Amino acid sequence: MSKVTPFPGQAESGGGADQAPGGMQYEVSRRPGVTDEDEVLEVAVGPHHPSTHGVFRMDVKLDGERIVSLKPVLGYLHRNHEKLGEQTSYLGMMPYTDRLDYFCSLTNNWAYAIAVEKLAGLQVPERAEYIRIITGELTRLFNHACLVGFLLHDMGTMGTPLMYAFREREKVLDLFESLTGARMMCNYQRFGGCRNDLPDGWLDEVSKLVAEFPRWLDEMEQLLTGNEILIARTEGVGVLSPELAVSAGVTGPSLRASGVNYDLRKVDRYGIYDRFQFRVPLGEKGDVFDRYMVRVLEMRESVGILQQAIRDLPGGPVIDPRARQRNFMPPVGEAYGRIEAPKGELGFYLISDGSRRPSRFRVRAPSFVNLTILEDLCLGHTLADAVAILGAVDIVLGEVDR
Amino acid sequence: MVVTARNFVGSYYDPDRLPTIEYPEKRQKLPENSRSFPMLIFDGEDPEAGLRCVACKICEKECPPQCIYIVAERDSRGRAVRHPKIFDLDISVCMACQICVEVCPFDSIKMDTAFEMAGRDRFGAMLLHKSELAKSDAYFHSIHPSEAVGSDARVEHIKKPAGRSQAAPAEATRKAA
Repeated sequence: MSKVTPFPGQAESGGGADQAPGGMQYEVSRRPGVTDEDEVLEVAVGPHHPSTHGVFRMDVKLDGERIVSLKPVLGYLHRNHEKLGEQTSYLGMMPYTDRLDYFCSLTNNWAYAIAVEKLAGLQVPERAEYIRIITGELTRLFNHACLVGFLLHDMGTMGTPLMYAFREREKVLDLFESLTGARMMCNYQRFGGCRNDLPDGWLDEVSKLVAEFPRWLDEMEQLLTGNEILIARTEGVGVLSPELAVSAGVTGPSLRASGVNYDLRKVDRYGIYDRFQFRVPLGEKGDVFDRYMVRVLEMRESVGILQQAIRDLPGGPVIDPRARQRNFMPPVGEAYGRIEAPKGELGFYLISDGSRRPSRFRVRAPSFVNLTILEDLCLGHTLADAVAILGAVDIVLGEVDR
Repeated sequence: MVVTARNFVGSYYDPDRLPTIEYPEKRQKLPENSRSFPMLIFDGEDPEAGLRCVACKICEKECPPQCIYIVAERDSRGRAVRHPKIFDLDISVCMACQICVEVCPFDSIKMDTAFEMAGRDRFGAMLLHKSELAKSDAYFHSIHPSEAVGSDARVEHIKKPAGRSQAAPAEATRKAA
Protein backbone atom coordinates (compact mmCIF):
# COMPACT_ATOMS: atom_id res chain seq x y z
CA MET A 1 0.00 0.00 0.00
CA SER A 2 1.47 3.33 -0.99
CA LYS A 3 1.35 6.07 1.54
CA VAL A 4 -0.21 9.39 0.54
CA THR A 5 1.73 12.38 1.82
CA PRO A 6 -0.25 15.54 1.22
CA PHE A 7 2.38 17.82 2.73
CA PRO A 8 5.78 16.70 1.50
CA GLY A 9 8.72 17.91 3.46
CA GLN A 10 6.93 17.93 6.76
CA ALA A 11 7.65 15.39 9.37
CA GLU A 12 4.91 12.86 9.63
CA SER A 13 3.43 12.55 13.01
CA GLY A 14 0.08 11.60 14.40
CA GLY A 15 -0.45 9.15 11.55
CA GLY A 16 -0.29 5.44 11.78
CA ALA A 17 -2.04 2.22 11.04
CA ASP A 18 -5.74 2.33 11.83
CA GLN A 19 -8.17 -0.50 12.23
CA ALA A 20 -11.27 -0.06 10.15
CA PRO A 21 -14.40 -1.91 11.31
CA GLY A 22 -14.26 -4.02 8.19
CA GLY A 23 -10.89 -5.37 9.30
CA MET A 24 -9.04 -3.55 6.51
CA GLN A 25 -5.75 -1.87 7.37
CA TYR A 26 -5.22 1.61 6.12
CA GLU A 27 -2.71 4.28 6.83
CA VAL A 28 -3.47 7.85 7.72
CA SER A 29 -1.13 10.76 7.42
CA ARG A 30 -1.88 14.03 9.09
CA ARG A 31 -0.49 17.46 9.67
CA PRO A 32 1.42 17.82 12.88
CA GLY A 33 -0.69 18.56 15.90
CA VAL A 34 -3.87 17.20 14.39
CA THR A 35 -5.47 14.71 16.74
CA ASP A 36 -7.94 11.94 16.03
CA GLU A 37 -10.79 14.06 17.30
CA ASP A 38 -9.99 16.85 14.86
CA GLU A 39 -10.34 14.45 12.01
CA VAL A 40 -13.96 13.68 12.87
CA LEU A 41 -16.35 15.29 10.44
CA GLU A 42 -19.75 16.44 11.63
CA VAL A 43 -22.56 16.18 9.13
CA ALA A 44 -26.16 17.23 9.64
CA VAL A 45 -28.29 14.87 7.57
CA GLY A 46 -31.63 16.56 7.27
CA PRO A 47 -34.00 18.02 8.28
CA HIS A 48 -34.68 18.45 4.58
CA HIS A 49 -32.79 15.48 3.32
CA PRO A 50 -34.89 13.34 0.96
CA SER A 51 -33.96 10.09 2.68
CA THR A 52 -35.06 11.17 6.15
CA HIS A 53 -38.73 10.60 5.30
CA GLY A 54 -39.85 14.01 6.42
CA VAL A 55 -38.38 16.61 8.68
CA PHE A 56 -35.93 14.65 10.75
CA ARG A 57 -32.28 15.37 11.37
CA MET A 58 -29.42 13.05 12.14
CA ASP A 59 -26.35 14.73 13.58
CA VAL A 60 -23.69 12.34 12.39
CA LYS A 61 -20.01 12.32 13.29
CA LEU A 62 -17.92 10.62 10.69
CA ASP A 63 -14.43 9.24 10.94
CA GLY A 64 -13.62 8.91 7.28
CA GLU A 65 -16.69 7.07 6.01
CA ARG A 66 -17.54 5.41 9.30
CA ILE A 67 -20.10 6.70 11.76
CA VAL A 68 -18.74 7.23 15.27
CA SER A 69 -21.75 8.99 16.68
CA LEU A 70 -25.30 9.64 15.55
CA LYS A 71 -27.83 11.77 17.34
CA PRO A 72 -31.41 11.82 16.07
CA VAL A 73 -32.92 15.29 16.36
CA LEU A 74 -36.70 15.23 16.60
CA GLY A 75 -39.45 17.73 17.00
CA TYR A 76 -39.65 19.54 13.66
CA LEU A 77 -43.19 18.30 13.20
CA HIS A 78 -44.33 18.67 16.78
CA ARG A 79 -47.99 19.65 16.93
CA ASN A 80 -48.80 19.33 20.59
CA HIS A 81 -50.90 16.29 19.90
CA GLU A 82 -51.21 15.00 23.43
CA LYS A 83 -52.18 18.39 24.83
CA LEU A 84 -54.72 18.81 22.04
CA GLY A 85 -56.25 15.53 23.19
CA GLU A 86 -56.78 16.95 26.63
CA GLN A 87 -58.62 19.98 25.24
CA THR A 88 -60.82 18.31 22.65
CA SER A 89 -63.80 16.06 23.19
CA TYR A 90 -63.37 12.32 22.82
CA LEU A 91 -65.05 12.34 19.43
CA GLY A 92 -63.18 15.44 18.33
CA MET A 93 -59.88 13.66 18.89
CA MET A 94 -60.68 10.91 16.41
CA PRO A 95 -59.78 12.92 13.27
CA TYR A 96 -56.56 14.07 14.92
CA THR A 97 -55.44 10.48 15.35
CA ASP A 98 -55.53 10.19 11.54
CA ARG A 99 -52.70 12.66 11.49
CA LEU A 100 -50.35 10.70 13.70
CA ASP A 101 -49.16 8.11 11.27
CA TYR A 102 -50.68 9.59 8.16
CA PHE A 103 -50.01 6.43 6.19
CA CYS A 104 -52.16 4.25 8.41
CA SER A 105 -55.03 6.40 9.60
CA LEU A 106 -57.42 3.48 9.97
CA THR A 107 -55.21 1.57 12.40
CA ASN A 108 -54.70 4.76 14.41
CA ASN A 109 -58.47 5.19 14.62
CA TRP A 110 -58.78 1.59 15.65
CA ALA A 111 -56.28 1.85 18.51
CA TYR A 112 -57.92 5.01 19.82
CA ALA A 113 -61.38 3.46 19.55
CA ILE A 114 -60.17 0.39 21.47
CA ALA A 115 -58.80 2.59 24.26
CA VAL A 116 -62.05 4.53 24.57
CA GLU A 117 -64.15 1.38 24.39
CA LYS A 118 -62.11 -0.10 27.22
CA LEU A 119 -62.62 3.06 29.21
CA ALA A 120 -66.39 3.09 28.72
CA GLY A 121 -66.94 -0.68 28.54
CA LEU A 122 -68.54 -0.58 25.08
CA GLN A 123 -69.18 -3.68 23.00
CA VAL A 124 -68.44 -3.70 19.29
CA PRO A 125 -70.82 -5.53 16.93
CA GLU A 126 -69.33 -8.49 15.12
CA ARG A 127 -69.63 -6.99 11.66
CA ALA A 128 -67.74 -3.90 12.79
CA GLU A 129 -64.95 -6.10 14.15
CA TYR A 130 -64.62 -7.75 10.77
CA ILE A 131 -64.64 -4.42 8.96
CA ARG A 132 -61.95 -3.18 11.31
CA ILE A 133 -59.81 -6.19 10.54
CA ILE A 134 -60.32 -5.80 6.79
CA THR A 135 -59.40 -2.12 6.83
CA GLY A 136 -56.53 -2.71 9.26
CA GLU A 137 -54.98 -5.46 7.20
CA LEU A 138 -55.41 -3.46 3.98
CA THR A 139 -53.52 -0.70 5.75
CA ARG A 140 -50.77 -3.13 6.69
CA LEU A 141 -50.55 -4.35 3.10
CA PHE A 142 -49.93 -0.98 1.57
CA ASN A 143 -47.81 0.30 4.43
CA HIS A 144 -45.38 -2.57 4.01
CA ALA A 145 -45.49 -2.31 0.23
CA CYS A 146 -44.63 1.37 0.38
CA LEU A 147 -41.98 0.78 3.02
CA VAL A 148 -40.21 -1.62 0.70
CA GLY A 149 -40.52 0.96 -2.04
CA PHE A 150 -39.12 3.75 0.13
CA LEU A 151 -36.29 1.56 1.37
CA LEU A 152 -35.23 0.78 -2.16
CA HIS A 153 -35.70 4.39 -3.14
CA ASP A 154 -33.32 5.43 -0.37
CA MET A 155 -30.79 2.89 -1.57
CA GLY A 156 -30.79 4.37 -5.03
CA THR A 157 -33.29 2.60 -7.25
CA MET A 158 -34.60 6.03 -8.24
CA GLY A 159 -38.20 5.27 -7.53
CA THR A 160 -38.96 2.26 -9.70
CA PRO A 161 -40.10 -0.10 -6.91
CA LEU A 162 -41.64 2.88 -5.12
CA MET A 163 -43.81 3.65 -8.13
CA TYR A 164 -44.93 0.03 -8.34
CA ALA A 165 -45.77 0.13 -4.64
CA PHE A 166 -47.65 3.40 -5.01
CA ARG A 167 -49.66 1.92 -7.85
CA GLU A 168 -50.91 -0.75 -5.44
CA ARG A 169 -51.43 1.84 -2.74
CA GLU A 170 -53.63 3.90 -5.05
CA LYS A 171 -56.00 0.95 -5.42
CA VAL A 172 -56.30 0.61 -1.64
CA LEU A 173 -56.72 4.37 -1.20
CA ASP A 174 -59.51 4.37 -3.78
CA LEU A 175 -61.24 1.70 -1.74
CA PHE A 176 -60.79 3.74 1.42
CA GLU A 177 -62.22 6.77 -0.31
CA SER A 178 -65.35 4.96 -1.38
CA LEU A 179 -65.77 3.54 2.14
CA THR A 180 -64.85 6.45 4.38
CA GLY A 181 -64.94 9.51 2.12
CA ALA A 182 -61.28 10.38 2.36
CA ARG A 183 -58.20 8.72 1.00
CA MET A 184 -55.79 9.30 3.86
CA MET A 185 -57.56 11.11 6.68
CA CYS A 186 -60.29 8.51 6.99
CA ASN A 187 -61.78 9.31 10.42
CA TYR A 188 -63.84 6.15 10.15
CA GLN A 189 -63.85 4.19 13.41
CA ARG A 190 -66.25 5.28 16.11
CA PHE A 191 -66.65 4.26 19.73
CA GLY A 192 -68.56 1.00 19.60
CA GLY A 193 -68.20 0.30 15.91
CA CYS A 194 -67.65 1.99 12.55
CA ARG A 195 -69.21 5.13 11.14
CA ASN A 196 -71.04 3.70 8.16
CA ASP A 197 -71.66 0.37 6.54
CA LEU A 198 -69.83 -0.86 3.47
CA PRO A 199 -71.07 0.66 0.22
CA ASP A 200 -72.49 -1.64 -2.47
CA GLY A 201 -69.90 -3.68 -4.26
CA TRP A 202 -67.09 -2.62 -1.94
CA LEU A 203 -66.40 -6.12 -0.72
CA ASP A 204 -66.15 -7.43 -4.29
CA GLU A 205 -63.56 -4.78 -5.03
CA VAL A 206 -61.59 -5.81 -1.96
CA SER A 207 -61.68 -9.49 -2.85
CA LYS A 208 -60.51 -8.62 -6.35
CA LEU A 209 -57.62 -6.62 -4.95
CA VAL A 210 -56.74 -9.34 -2.45
CA ALA A 211 -56.81 -11.97 -5.18
CA GLU A 212 -54.49 -9.92 -7.39
CA PHE A 213 -52.12 -8.81 -4.67
CA PRO A 214 -49.98 -11.98 -4.45
CA ARG A 215 -49.23 -11.64 -8.16
CA TRP A 216 -47.91 -8.13 -7.59
CA LEU A 217 -45.95 -9.35 -4.59
CA ASP A 218 -44.37 -12.17 -6.63
CA GLU A 219 -43.35 -9.63 -9.23
CA MET A 220 -41.87 -7.38 -6.59
CA GLU A 221 -39.96 -10.27 -5.06
CA GLN A 222 -38.68 -11.30 -8.45
CA LEU A 223 -37.38 -7.79 -8.84
CA LEU A 224 -35.89 -7.43 -5.38
CA THR A 225 -35.42 -10.43 -3.13
CA GLY A 226 -32.70 -12.15 -5.11
CA ASN A 227 -31.18 -8.92 -6.31
CA GLU A 228 -27.45 -8.87 -5.80
CA ILE A 229 -27.25 -5.15 -5.07
CA LEU A 230 -30.04 -5.30 -2.53
CA ILE A 231 -28.39 -8.19 -0.73
CA ALA A 232 -25.00 -6.49 -0.78
CA ARG A 233 -26.48 -3.32 0.64
CA THR A 234 -28.62 -4.91 3.34
CA GLU A 235 -27.14 -8.18 4.53
CA GLY A 236 -25.25 -7.80 7.81
CA VAL A 237 -26.09 -4.10 7.94
CA GLY A 238 -27.60 -2.64 11.10
CA VAL A 239 -27.81 -5.85 13.06
CA LEU A 240 -30.19 -5.53 15.99
CA SER A 241 -29.68 -8.09 18.72
CA PRO A 242 -32.83 -9.53 20.30
CA GLU A 243 -31.61 -8.43 23.75
CA LEU A 244 -31.23 -4.81 22.72
CA ALA A 245 -34.50 -4.88 20.82
CA VAL A 246 -36.43 -6.13 23.85
CA SER A 247 -34.73 -3.83 26.35
CA ALA A 248 -35.27 -0.78 24.14
CA GLY A 249 -38.94 -1.60 23.68
CA VAL A 250 -38.74 -2.04 19.92
CA THR A 251 -41.91 -3.56 18.48
CA GLY A 252 -43.34 -4.53 15.16
CA PRO A 253 -41.49 -5.98 12.18
CA SER A 254 -38.15 -4.62 13.46
CA LEU A 255 -38.47 -6.73 16.60
CA ARG A 256 -39.64 -9.82 14.77
CA ALA A 257 -36.79 -9.52 12.31
CA SER A 258 -34.48 -10.03 15.30
CA GLY A 259 -36.20 -13.32 16.00
CA VAL A 260 -38.43 -12.32 18.92
CA ASN A 261 -41.86 -13.83 18.55
CA TYR A 262 -44.02 -10.95 19.72
CA ASP A 263 -47.04 -9.95 17.71
CA LEU A 264 -49.91 -8.32 19.55
CA ARG A 265 -52.35 -9.97 17.20
CA LYS A 266 -51.23 -13.26 18.77
CA VAL A 267 -50.33 -12.00 22.26
CA ASP A 268 -53.37 -9.81 22.98
CA ARG A 269 -55.76 -11.32 20.43
CA TYR A 270 -57.56 -8.00 20.47
CA GLY A 271 -60.76 -7.72 18.51
CA ILE A 272 -61.45 -11.10 16.98
CA TYR A 273 -57.94 -12.03 15.87
CA ASP A 274 -58.22 -15.37 17.70
CA ARG A 275 -60.54 -16.56 14.93
CA PHE A 276 -57.98 -16.18 12.18
CA GLN A 277 -55.31 -18.56 11.03
CA PHE A 278 -52.02 -16.85 10.32
CA ARG A 279 -48.35 -17.26 11.06
CA VAL A 280 -45.91 -14.71 12.42
CA PRO A 281 -42.77 -14.49 10.28
CA LEU A 282 -39.52 -14.19 12.22
CA GLY A 283 -36.07 -13.14 11.11
CA GLU A 284 -32.81 -14.78 12.09
CA LYS A 285 -30.08 -12.18 12.02
CA GLY A 286 -31.94 -8.96 12.61
CA ASP A 287 -30.24 -7.07 9.80
CA VAL A 288 -31.88 -4.79 7.26
CA PHE A 289 -32.47 -7.66 4.87
CA ASP A 290 -34.40 -9.58 7.54
CA ARG A 291 -36.50 -6.52 8.21
CA TYR A 292 -37.31 -6.30 4.53
CA MET A 293 -38.09 -10.01 4.30
CA VAL A 294 -40.26 -10.08 7.42
CA ARG A 295 -42.40 -7.37 5.87
CA VAL A 296 -42.76 -9.22 2.60
CA LEU A 297 -43.83 -12.36 4.45
CA GLU A 298 -46.20 -10.38 6.63
CA MET A 299 -47.91 -9.08 3.53
CA ARG A 300 -48.51 -12.67 2.45
CA GLU A 301 -50.02 -13.51 5.84
CA SER A 302 -52.18 -10.38 5.68
CA VAL A 303 -53.57 -11.56 2.36
CA GLY A 304 -54.58 -14.79 4.11
CA ILE A 305 -56.27 -12.89 6.95
CA LEU A 306 -58.13 -10.71 4.46
CA GLN A 307 -59.40 -13.75 2.56
CA GLN A 308 -60.71 -15.31 5.76
CA ALA A 309 -62.32 -12.04 6.88
CA ILE A 310 -64.05 -11.50 3.56
CA ARG A 311 -65.31 -15.08 3.59
CA ASP A 312 -66.69 -14.91 7.14
CA LEU A 313 -68.04 -11.35 7.19
CA PRO A 314 -71.41 -11.53 8.97
CA GLY A 315 -74.39 -9.21 8.56
CA GLY A 316 -75.87 -6.99 11.22
CA PRO A 317 -75.26 -3.49 12.52
CA VAL A 318 -71.85 -1.85 12.31
CA ILE A 319 -72.20 0.28 15.40
CA ASP A 320 -73.66 -0.21 18.84
CA PRO A 321 -76.79 2.01 18.72
CA ARG A 322 -76.45 2.81 22.43
CA ALA A 323 -72.95 4.18 21.99
CA ARG A 324 -73.04 7.96 22.17
CA GLN A 325 -70.58 9.84 20.08
CA ARG A 326 -71.47 13.41 20.95
CA ASN A 327 -71.14 14.46 24.59
CA PHE A 328 -69.41 11.19 25.22
CA MET A 329 -68.54 11.05 28.91
CA PRO A 330 -66.91 7.82 30.04
CA PRO A 331 -66.80 6.97 33.75
CA VAL A 332 -63.81 7.93 35.86
CA GLY A 333 -60.94 5.59 35.23
CA GLU A 334 -58.01 4.87 33.00
CA ALA A 335 -57.41 2.60 30.04
CA TYR A 336 -54.62 1.61 27.72
CA GLY A 337 -55.67 0.35 24.32
CA ARG A 338 -53.06 -1.08 22.01
CA ILE A 339 -52.94 -2.78 18.65
CA GLU A 340 -50.34 -4.17 16.34
CA ALA A 341 -50.13 -1.27 13.90
CA PRO A 342 -48.05 -1.85 10.76
CA LYS A 343 -45.11 -0.12 12.43
CA GLY A 344 -45.35 -1.77 15.84
CA GLU A 345 -47.31 -1.46 19.04
CA LEU A 346 -49.51 1.61 18.87
CA GLY A 347 -51.11 2.42 22.20
CA PHE A 348 -53.36 5.14 23.54
CA TYR A 349 -53.40 5.77 27.26
CA LEU A 350 -56.37 7.71 28.55
CA ILE A 351 -57.29 8.91 32.01
CA SER A 352 -60.86 10.03 32.38
CA ASP A 353 -62.13 12.29 35.13
CA GLY A 354 -65.71 11.80 34.01
CA SER A 355 -65.87 14.97 31.93
CA ARG A 356 -66.10 15.41 28.16
CA ARG A 357 -62.36 15.45 27.71
CA PRO A 358 -59.70 13.07 28.89
CA SER A 359 -57.58 14.50 31.68
CA ARG A 360 -54.54 12.72 30.25
CA PHE A 361 -54.04 11.63 26.68
CA ARG A 362 -50.87 9.78 25.85
CA VAL A 363 -49.78 8.14 22.62
CA ARG A 364 -47.26 5.34 22.56
CA ALA A 365 -46.01 5.74 19.03
CA PRO A 366 -44.15 2.78 17.53
CA SER A 367 -41.99 4.84 15.17
CA PHE A 368 -40.74 6.96 18.02
CA VAL A 369 -39.69 4.02 20.19
CA ASN A 370 -38.17 2.16 17.26
CA LEU A 371 -36.10 5.21 16.44
CA THR A 372 -34.35 5.28 19.81
CA ILE A 373 -31.98 2.47 18.81
CA LEU A 374 -30.86 4.21 15.63
CA GLU A 375 -27.41 5.08 16.94
CA ASP A 376 -26.73 1.54 18.11
CA LEU A 377 -27.62 0.22 14.68
CA CYS A 378 -25.55 2.72 12.74
CA LEU A 379 -22.27 2.80 14.69
CA GLY A 380 -19.38 1.56 12.59
CA HIS A 381 -21.35 1.64 9.35
CA THR A 382 -21.03 4.11 6.53
CA LEU A 383 -23.36 7.02 6.04
CA ALA A 384 -24.91 5.27 3.04
CA ASP A 385 -25.77 2.33 5.30
CA ALA A 386 -27.33 4.65 7.84
CA VAL A 387 -29.79 5.74 5.17
CA ALA A 388 -30.75 2.12 4.52
CA ILE A 389 -31.03 1.43 8.26
CA LEU A 390 -33.25 4.44 8.78
CA GLY A 391 -35.38 3.37 5.82
CA ALA A 392 -35.90 -0.08 7.35
CA VAL A 393 -36.87 1.28 10.76
CA ASP A 394 -40.02 2.58 9.06
CA ILE A 395 -40.71 5.97 10.57
CA VAL A 396 -43.42 8.46 9.85
CA LEU A 397 -42.58 11.80 11.33
CA GLY A 398 -46.17 12.67 12.10
CA GLU A 399 -46.09 9.89 14.65
CA VAL A 400 -42.54 10.41 15.91
CA ASP A 401 -43.01 14.07 16.76
CA ARG A 402 -46.75 14.08 17.45
CA MET B 1 -34.88 -6.10 -15.57
CA VAL B 2 -37.56 -8.53 -16.74
CA VAL B 3 -40.04 -7.02 -14.32
CA THR B 4 -39.19 -3.48 -15.33
CA ALA B 5 -39.49 -4.35 -19.01
CA ARG B 6 -42.79 -6.08 -18.40
CA ASN B 7 -44.14 -3.02 -16.65
CA PHE B 8 -42.85 -0.68 -19.32
CA VAL B 9 -44.23 -2.62 -22.26
CA GLY B 10 -47.36 -3.49 -20.32
CA SER B 11 -48.14 0.16 -19.70
CA TYR B 12 -48.97 0.52 -23.42
CA TYR B 13 -51.83 -1.96 -23.51
CA ASP B 14 -52.64 -3.13 -19.97
CA PRO B 15 -54.72 -0.60 -18.04
CA ASP B 16 -53.65 -2.38 -14.86
CA ARG B 17 -50.09 -1.25 -15.45
CA LEU B 18 -50.97 2.29 -16.50
CA PRO B 19 -53.34 3.54 -13.83
CA THR B 20 -52.86 7.27 -14.42
CA ILE B 21 -55.26 9.44 -16.38
CA GLU B 22 -54.67 12.74 -18.10
CA TYR B 23 -56.19 15.15 -15.65
CA PRO B 24 -57.77 17.69 -16.25
CA GLU B 25 -58.79 16.53 -19.72
CA LYS B 26 -60.06 13.26 -18.29
CA ARG B 27 -61.61 12.96 -14.89
CA GLN B 28 -62.37 10.12 -12.57
CA LYS B 29 -65.81 9.80 -11.16
CA LEU B 30 -65.69 10.49 -7.45
CA PRO B 31 -67.07 7.82 -5.15
CA GLU B 32 -70.35 8.70 -3.53
CA ASN B 33 -68.88 8.90 -0.03
CA SER B 34 -66.16 11.28 -1.14
CA ARG B 35 -65.89 14.52 0.79
CA SER B 36 -64.01 17.78 0.66
CA PHE B 37 -65.42 20.72 2.65
CA PRO B 38 -68.75 21.39 4.33
CA MET B 39 -71.63 23.23 2.69
CA LEU B 40 -75.03 24.41 3.89
CA ILE B 41 -78.15 22.96 2.33
CA PHE B 42 -81.19 25.07 1.45
CA ASP B 43 -84.60 23.87 0.33
CA GLY B 44 -86.55 25.58 -2.44
CA GLU B 45 -85.24 28.44 -4.56
CA ASP B 46 -84.02 31.09 -2.15
CA PRO B 47 -80.63 30.32 -0.61
CA GLU B 48 -81.33 32.70 2.26
CA ALA B 49 -84.89 31.80 3.24
CA GLY B 50 -84.63 28.09 2.56
CA LEU B 51 -81.57 27.52 4.64
CA ARG B 52 -82.02 24.50 6.87
CA CYS B 53 -79.57 25.81 9.44
CA VAL B 54 -81.22 26.97 12.67
CA ALA B 55 -78.06 28.47 14.23
CA CYS B 56 -78.09 25.99 17.11
CA LYS B 57 -74.28 26.18 17.20
CA ILE B 58 -73.79 22.47 17.84
CA CYS B 59 -71.34 22.16 14.96
CA GLU B 60 -69.51 25.27 16.15
CA LYS B 61 -69.00 23.63 19.53
CA GLU B 62 -68.09 20.20 18.21
CA CYS B 63 -65.77 21.23 15.37
CA PRO B 64 -62.33 19.94 16.48
CA PRO B 65 -60.23 22.73 14.91
CA GLN B 66 -62.99 25.30 15.61
CA CYS B 67 -63.29 26.68 12.11
CA ILE B 68 -67.02 27.54 12.26
CA TYR B 69 -68.36 30.86 13.49
CA ILE B 70 -72.10 31.38 13.88
CA VAL B 71 -74.16 34.34 14.98
CA ALA B 72 -77.90 33.82 15.23
CA GLU B 73 -80.32 36.30 13.68
CA ARG B 74 -82.31 38.40 16.15
CA ASP B 75 -85.81 39.72 15.72
CA SER B 76 -86.97 43.26 16.47
CA ARG B 77 -87.26 42.49 20.17
CA GLY B 78 -83.74 41.11 20.32
CA ARG B 79 -84.67 37.45 20.71
CA ALA B 80 -82.67 34.85 18.80
CA VAL B 81 -84.42 33.59 15.68
CA ARG B 82 -83.83 30.13 14.26
CA HIS B 83 -81.75 31.41 11.42
CA PRO B 84 -78.05 32.24 11.16
CA LYS B 85 -77.13 35.87 10.67
CA ILE B 86 -73.49 34.95 10.13
CA PHE B 87 -72.25 31.50 9.24
CA ASP B 88 -68.55 31.58 8.44
CA LEU B 89 -66.33 28.61 7.77
CA ASP B 90 -62.59 29.00 7.42
CA ILE B 91 -61.48 26.33 4.99
CA SER B 92 -57.84 27.05 5.67
CA VAL B 93 -58.50 25.65 9.16
CA CYS B 94 -61.14 23.03 8.30
CA MET B 95 -59.74 19.51 8.17
CA ALA B 96 -62.72 17.92 6.42
CA CYS B 97 -63.35 15.45 9.22
CA GLN B 98 -67.14 15.39 8.76
CA ILE B 99 -67.90 15.65 12.46
CA CYS B 100 -70.12 18.71 11.91
CA VAL B 101 -72.20 16.61 9.53
CA GLU B 102 -72.53 13.80 12.02
CA VAL B 103 -73.63 15.99 14.91
CA CYS B 104 -76.08 18.20 12.97
CA PRO B 105 -79.62 17.20 14.05
CA PHE B 106 -81.22 19.18 11.19
CA ASP B 107 -79.35 17.67 8.24
CA SER B 108 -78.37 21.18 7.27
CA ILE B 109 -74.58 20.93 6.98
CA LYS B 110 -73.24 18.36 4.52
CA MET B 111 -69.96 17.62 2.82
CA ASP B 112 -69.29 19.02 -0.62
CA THR B 113 -67.11 17.18 -3.12
CA ALA B 114 -65.66 20.18 -4.99
CA PHE B 115 -61.90 20.09 -4.72
CA GLU B 116 -60.67 22.58 -7.32
CA MET B 117 -60.56 25.57 -5.03
CA ALA B 118 -57.36 27.31 -5.99
CA GLY B 119 -57.46 31.07 -5.70
CA ARG B 120 -55.24 34.12 -5.59
CA ASP B 121 -56.16 35.31 -2.11
CA ARG B 122 -54.68 33.50 0.83
CA PHE B 123 -56.86 35.03 3.52
CA GLY B 124 -60.22 36.52 2.59
CA ALA B 125 -61.07 33.96 -0.06
CA MET B 126 -60.43 31.08 2.33
CA LEU B 127 -63.11 32.33 4.70
CA LEU B 128 -66.39 31.14 3.24
CA HIS B 129 -69.51 33.06 4.17
CA LYS B 130 -73.09 31.91 4.31
CA SER B 131 -73.79 32.92 0.72
CA GLU B 132 -70.86 30.87 -0.62
CA LEU B 133 -71.62 27.90 1.58
CA ALA B 134 -75.28 27.65 0.65
CA LYS B 135 -75.95 24.89 -1.88
CA SER B 136 -79.31 23.68 -3.09
CA ASP B 137 -80.84 20.39 -2.08
CA ALA B 138 -80.83 19.40 -5.75
CA TYR B 139 -77.04 19.77 -5.85
CA PHE B 140 -76.82 17.65 -2.72
CA HIS B 141 -78.92 14.99 -4.44
CA SER B 142 -76.60 15.06 -7.41
CA ILE B 143 -73.42 14.42 -5.41
CA HIS B 144 -74.61 12.14 -2.57
CA PRO B 145 -77.82 10.53 -3.91
CA SER B 146 -78.40 7.83 -1.29
CA GLU B 147 -77.47 10.03 1.65
CA ALA B 148 -79.75 12.79 0.37
CA VAL B 149 -82.81 10.52 0.29
CA GLY B 150 -82.37 9.65 3.95
CA SER B 151 -81.81 13.24 4.96
CA ASP B 152 -84.89 14.44 3.04
CA ALA B 153 -87.01 11.98 4.97
CA ARG B 154 -85.66 13.25 8.26
CA VAL B 155 -86.13 16.87 7.26
CA GLU B 156 -89.77 16.19 6.35
CA HIS B 157 -90.20 14.56 9.73
CA ILE B 158 -88.88 17.64 11.50
CA LYS B 159 -90.86 20.07 9.34
CA LYS B 160 -94.33 18.60 9.72
CA PRO B 161 -94.89 19.41 13.39
CA ALA B 162 -93.08 22.66 12.85
CA GLY B 163 -95.97 23.80 10.64
CA ARG B 164 -98.30 23.71 13.62
CA SER B 165 -95.99 25.01 16.31
CA GLN B 166 -92.35 25.78 16.78
CA ALA B 167 -92.01 23.10 19.44
CA ALA B 168 -90.52 20.19 17.53
CA PRO B 169 -87.25 21.66 16.31
CA ALA B 170 -86.75 23.33 19.67
CA GLU B 171 -87.20 19.96 21.27
CA ALA B 172 -84.72 18.47 18.86
CA THR B 173 -82.26 21.19 19.80
CA ARG B 174 -82.72 20.47 23.46
CA LYS B 175 -82.29 16.76 22.91
CA ALA B 176 -79.18 17.28 20.88
CA ALA B 177 -77.70 19.69 23.36
